[in-house]
Formats: sequence, structure tokens, C-alpha cells
Amino acid sequence: MNKYNLNNSFKAVVIGGSAGSFQGMVKILSQLPKGFPLPIIMCLHRLKHVRNGFVEALSIKSVVQVTEPHDKENIKKGGVYLAPANYHMSVELGHYFALSTEEMVNNSRPAIDITLSTCGFVYKEKLIGILLSGANRDGAQGMRAIHEKGGLTIVQEPTECMIDTMPKAALAATKIDHVLRVDQIVEFFKELDKQYR
Amino acid sequence: MQDIDIADLKRISELIHQKYNYDFRNYAMSSFKRRVLRIMELKKLTVDTLLKKLTDTPVFINEFLDELTVNVTEMFRDPSFWRVMREEIIPAIMLNHKQFKIWHAGCSSGEEVLTMCIMLKEMGILQDVTLIATDLDVNILERAKTATYPIKNMELNEKNYIRFQGSASSLKDYYREENGNAIFNRELFANVSFRKHDLVLGEIFNKFDLVLCRNVMIYFNQSLQNEVLKKFHESLFKYGYLAIGSKESLIWCDYANRFIVVNNEEKIYKKIKD
Ligand SMILES: C[S@@+](CC[C@H](N)C(=O)[O-])C[C@H]1O[C@@H](n2cnc3c(N)ncnc32)[C@H](O)[C@@H]1O
Repeated sequence: MNKYNLNNSFKAVVIGGSAGSFQGMVKILSQLPKGFPLPIIMCLHRLKHVRNGFVEALSIKSVVQVTEPHDKENIKKGGVYLAPANYHMSVELGHYFALSTEEMVNNSRPAIDITLSTCGFVYKEKLIGILLSGANRDGAQGMRAIHEKGGLTIVQEPTECMIDTMPKAALAATKIDHVLRVDQIVEFFKELDKQYR
Repeated sequence: MQDIDIADLKRISELIHQKYNYDFRNYAMSSFKRRVLRIMELKKLTVDTLLKKLTDTPVFINEFLDELTVNVTEMFRDPSFWRVMREEIIPAIMLNHKQFKIWHAGCSSGEEVLTMCIMLKEMGILQDVTLIATDLDVNILERAKTATYPIKNMELNEKNYIRFQGSASSLKDYYREENGNAIFNRELFANVSFRKHDLVLGEIFNKFDLVLCRNVMIYFNQSLQNEVLKKFHESLFKYGYLAIGSKESLIWCDYANRFIVVNNEEKIYKKIKD
């Protein structure tokens, strides 16, 4: 069975989230199949001037180590990356990260739109974009960019979200391939993992 | 929002290079692209009209550079960095030199230099230090010289200062409020000279005991970072210090082995080899 009609052509997963996404993110990371083969690139809104603690909190239950990349750090298969506080995080064509302190976008730095759309530009149809719970519209344009480049788009089921503004904004902005609960996203990752075994 | 492809971005950076002698050809592509798109949107230009404007209107270049560069900065950015400066780095420099020189490369609107001056003043040594603050962007340098910031920025600056644990009860001790601005005491800048300098094409112009270049090289690609690090190496006295942004790294640069890491968390390095 292959419920989500997946294959092994994907090269990366990018995930955005804001208010109410932390628990879901922890759940996804804690149930990630061991040795999951794709890089997971996360941009989550966070307190701007608290540099430490967030990675640790995400990593505690996670089966993988979450890291905040340095500027120009190469993206590795199976790496799990989190946009650092107070920096926008882009992905460049050579498959490495670039950080920047540009003005806030959608009142946010890191802005989910920036991470999502640069991933879309680089990975095109080989990208899976996921948007979780959140209280603003950041991420909607990024999801649209991913869809326009041929990538697969998923949002968290709005009725399950603590705050559904973000997934709803994405649903209004572009075609979303799957609307899933967190436990279904967990299942999705397991199925995706199987395609690479 | 319009899009722009890489070939057009290259046409723009080639034109600027040939006509105005600024070299953005090795800037990181993703942010360079966003900056150019932002200018096109702000000025209601297309790629063609932008190229034409850059060709026909030489006075446009300063405004263009001001918008192209990312000038976002804050006082006491990363308070823990400034605590390490105060408690370890500056005292280490002072062990050997009563008077010393600091270079702020890519100083933007001056918050970082002002931070340094306030810290040195609180340490009682401001009069012993010569500071040079440089940037490529002449418009932002003019703003930096005024030591004037919108009052709305002060909330964040003040928060950082509290976490830095400065010796004054508030940054208010250093500025007066006027027309929605915080105007800092100009005496803090008595030993600072602001100069235009381009890290990419500019010459080495002095030797320093401490160089700060934070959140500037993130706009460069790796090969340019590599070149610029060589310039910092040459601009430092042996055993001088280099500080970069908290999320930058030098490990892949050719000259990395001429430095040792003094503080990995705060990204402070020391030159140990010529
Ligand atoms: C984000 S600001 C950094 C301000 C401050 N150092 C900080 O960390 O908050 C980056 C600055 O680097 C300057 N810059 C960019 N390219 C440069 C170059 N080639 N030479 C000198 N300055 C440059 C920009 O004009 C901008 O003011």
C-alpha cells in the first residue's frame, strides 16, 4: 500500500510553523523513522532574542539531533535543521544554507516564506513543504512558491490546529495536496521513508 | 511580486562593477535576489528600466547601494557577546597595550560602534581606544555619525543593555529624547572616525588589535568570505582578535589555521600566525 502515492524522487522536506506548532513538531520528530534519508529544514517562529533552549527542547524527544546551521553550511542527507533566532534562513542552489538579517517579513525573522520559497526554487518538484499551526499568514506565499515549482504541499488539518490562521491562509493561497493531522503526517513520513529502503 | 532570473541578476552586478566599481558578483545569491526585487518594487522598475536607470543616472547609485545593502542592526546585539568582550577580550588586549585600535567593518547605522563606546566608557578606558568604523554605504555612514535613532528602536536596545548588565541603570543615561529620536551624547564618538571602505575591492589601510565584522560576510559567498578573511588577517596585529556574527563560521577558509578559536559560542578568534 502507498496511500500518499509517494516515490523516492524527493530530496528534501521543509516545515514551517508558528503558534501552536511546537507540540506537533516534537511529535513528528520523536516518531521519525530511524535513519530517515532526507534533510528536514524547519523554520519555526520563536522568541527573537532567546538564542538558546529551543533546539534543546526540540531535540529532547527527537530521534535525531536538531541543529541550527551556520551561514554557508552544507545541507546533509538526514540532517535536521532549524532556522536560528533573529536570522532569515535561505537555501542556495549549491544546497547550502545562507543566513541574513534583512528586515522582518510578515513581522517575522526568521520568516517562513523565505525558507519555503528558497527551498522551492532550489529543490523544485523534489520538495515536500509542510505548514503547521500558526497565528499569522507567514508561509502561505512560500507554499504557493513550492506548488508553482512542482513540489508537494501539505498543511496541518485546521480543526486540529491550536490556531488555524496559517494553514487556512495557505489553503486560500494555493493548491494544497494533502490536509493532514499530525498523526497522519507521522504516518506520511514512515511511508516516505519506506520508498528509500 | 515580480521574479528575476539569475542571468538578469548577473547583468545588474556586471553593470555595477564596470560602471561604478563595486563588486557584488560574489554576494550570496538568495539575499542579493531579494534585495534587487525589493528595489524594483520600491522604485516601480522592471529589470530593463533598472538597468537603464543605473546606466543613465549616476547619482542613483548611492541610493541603490543604500537599498541593496542590509543595514538592520541593533545595540548590544547578542548581549552575551558583549559580556565576553568586557570580561575577557578587552582585558586581554589591555594586558599588553594601554592604548589600542578597533575596526568595525560594516558598521551600518553605527549601533555596534556606539555599543563598543558605551562599554569602553563604562570600563573607564574610552579615551585610550581609537576606533575606525567603515561601511560601503555612504548614506548609512552619514546616519551613523549622528548617533541618532528612532525612539521605537530603544525598547529592544534597552532590553539588550539590561541583559548585558551595563553599569548604568538605563541607556537613557547616554541619550536625550527629541522629536521621537534618541540622540546619543556625541562625546561617545570622540575617538571614532567613520569612513567609506569597501571590503571587497578596498585596500588594507591600517593594523588593529580587534576587528569586528559581524553579520556582514553572511552576504558573501564562500569564495568571497575566503578572500575577505585574508584581508582581516593582514589588518590584524599578531595576537589580535577577530569577531564575526554568532552564526558565521570560518572553518572552511584557507586562512582558518592562522587563527585560534577564543570563544566558539560568541565566534571570537585570535590571529596566531602571520
Ligand atoms: C547587517 S549590517 C551589520 C551591522 C552590524 N555589524 C551588526 O552586526 O549588527 C551589514 C553591513 O555591511 C555593509 N556591507 C555590505 N557589503 C560591504 C562591503 N563590501 N564593504 C563594506 N561594507 C559592506 C552593509 O552596507 C551593511 O551596513
